[in-house]
Amino acid sequence: MNIYGIRAIYRFEMARTFRTLMESVAAPVLTTSLYFIVFGKAIGSRMGDIDSIGYGAYIIPGLVMLSLLNESISNASFGIYMPKWAGTIYELLSAPVSWIEVLIGYVGAAATKSVMLGMLILGTARFFVPYQIAHPVWMIGFLLLTAVTFSLFGFIIGLWADSFQKLQVIPMLIVTPLTFLGGAFYSINMLPPIWQQISLFNPVVYLISGFRWSFYGIADVDVAVSIGMISGFLMVCLTFVWWVFKSGYKIRR
Amino acid sequence: MNKSPTARLSAESSIPIISVRGVNKTYAGGFQALKNINLDIQRGEIFALLGPNGAGKTTLISIVCGIVNATAGSIIADGHDIARDYRAARAAIGLVPQELHTDAFESVWATVTFSRGLFGKPSNPTYLEKVLRDLSLWDKRNEKIMALSGGMKRRVLIAKALSHEPTILFLDEPSAGVDVELRHDMWRMVRELREQGTTIILTTHYIEEAEQMADRIGVISKGELILVEDKEVLMRKLGKKQLTLRLRQPMSIIPAELSNWSLTLCEDGHALVYSFDTQTEETGIAELLRALGEHGIEFKDLRSSESSLEDIFVSLVHRPMEAQA
Repeated sequence: MNIYGIRAIYRFEMARTFRTLMESVAAPVLTTSLYFIVFGKAIGSRMGDIDSIGYGAYIIPGLVMLSLLNESISNASFGIYMPKWAGTIYELLSAPVSWIEVLIGYVGAAATKSVMLGMLILGTARFFVPYQIAHPVWMIGFLLLTAVTFSLFGFIIGLWADSFQKLQVIPMLIVTPLTFLGGAFYSINMLPPIWQQISLFNPVVYLISGFRWSFYGIADVDVAVSIGMISGFLMVCLTFVWWVFKSGYKIRR
Repeated sequence: MNKSPTARLSAESSIPIISVRGVNKTYAGGFQALKNINLDIQRGEIFALLGPNGAGKTTLISIVCGIVNATAGSIIADGHDIARDYRAARAAIGLVPQELHTDAFESVWATVTFSRGLFGKPSNPTYLEKVLRDLSLWDKRNEKIMALSGGMKRRVLIAKALSHEPTILFLDEPSAGVDVELRHDMWRMVRELREQGTTIILTTHYIEEAEQMADRIGVISKGELILVEDKEVLMRKLGKKQLTLRLRQPMSIIPAELSNWSLTLCEDGHALVYSFDTQTEETGIAELLRALGEHGIEFKDLRSSESSLEDIFVSLVHRPMEAQA
């Protein structure tokens, strides 16, 4: 195991975060605060409780997940896309590091950043609405698992993308709609039966439902199913990355 | 039976540090960049890979370094197969790429520290300080790379390649876009590295560079390694000398009396050029000059010149079959 190599990549990526602290941290916190003001305070005050949870508190897990998904994907995809774009990837390819080490470095740093951000958003939410966390260990578990899985997904996007436009297209066209339709702002039980069935094909539903369960003990789908779905997606991403490095697809000519 | 340390050492030094066997590369589009390359690089030598643009120099280097996968063939670097035992092989190699690919926002110090770690070496600020000082980068260590000039960026890339103390150093077109001062600095540094035992492989299309630096020369053209030779031997073997006589009266044909010498007329008959082999004892110059005097052919000036590596190179690349024969 090339521990020094992993550490070098991890530090390099974390240094990038701290260099761009404003974009990396301030912007998502500001966006989330706006959500709380608009949906939590302004609109939420006119909304009834969902599963006996006040609307402001109900949307907290969904909002954290929304940021977590976006940040994990953008951090990791940008992290590996930049060296490809700048040409500095030659060094990574010629270094004595295995794909698993490269992955631990990049995905580890991206996941660290998004978990830090998730915690920061939870802290910010305290200023707007009171909430409790029923299963804190599970909450952290969901946070980590989601951050790692979606950082991995972002890493794949970064490997695949060959332009800045492509880097943006999947988060914008797929992830954002899936998150909004994934029950961040509502319970899928509020949907007509047919849409409830369709929603079950949306992986984000399981993430948000499981995460919300760790806060309030209520869930749209079984928690075990949630964990199973995230783990399954993690395995799919891992297998794909393994294949990418083995075949050299898009990175090694 | 165990060999004595000295016997083992001399046996080791005769084993090539890089051994390329039957390497082919065909890109996805069908373009064959390398055709059955076989090449041995000796430990501690400076080897220059010469060839025109697009000949396959960078592809060959990229395969040895792990950036491009070979379609067929095998490569041993520092005793390790580059595919099966890639960690050990790559740890021994430093690469200075042709293009100035740098992390614009990083400081010089951060980028060399990163490179050292990436290649699996524990931090060693004393060593990195020495590398930066040798490359006149120490004063710039806290500056962002984007603030540096092109020449300085080239130095940063060299520092990165040396950060993990490689035994093999690849310099891909080190002089591209570099001013004279930096070029000479670089040549000095390369010689120092060789004295410390580093093996250096450089690609170039500046013949002067190969002529100045290399111990051996390989010429690559259209994906084929058409020649590998000791530089001195190559220059002796293919080197030709020419004697140019500027005539007082122009000549339309070479007189039959001078048919014993290989002469050509140049500059509309104003110059007579005599080509001779540098290897032979008798150059025939004295006899030629005597014959000219006897036949009343007067000249106002004479000049002799030796063919450079450039001439040899041009003749090889343009007539590879002829030159080999």
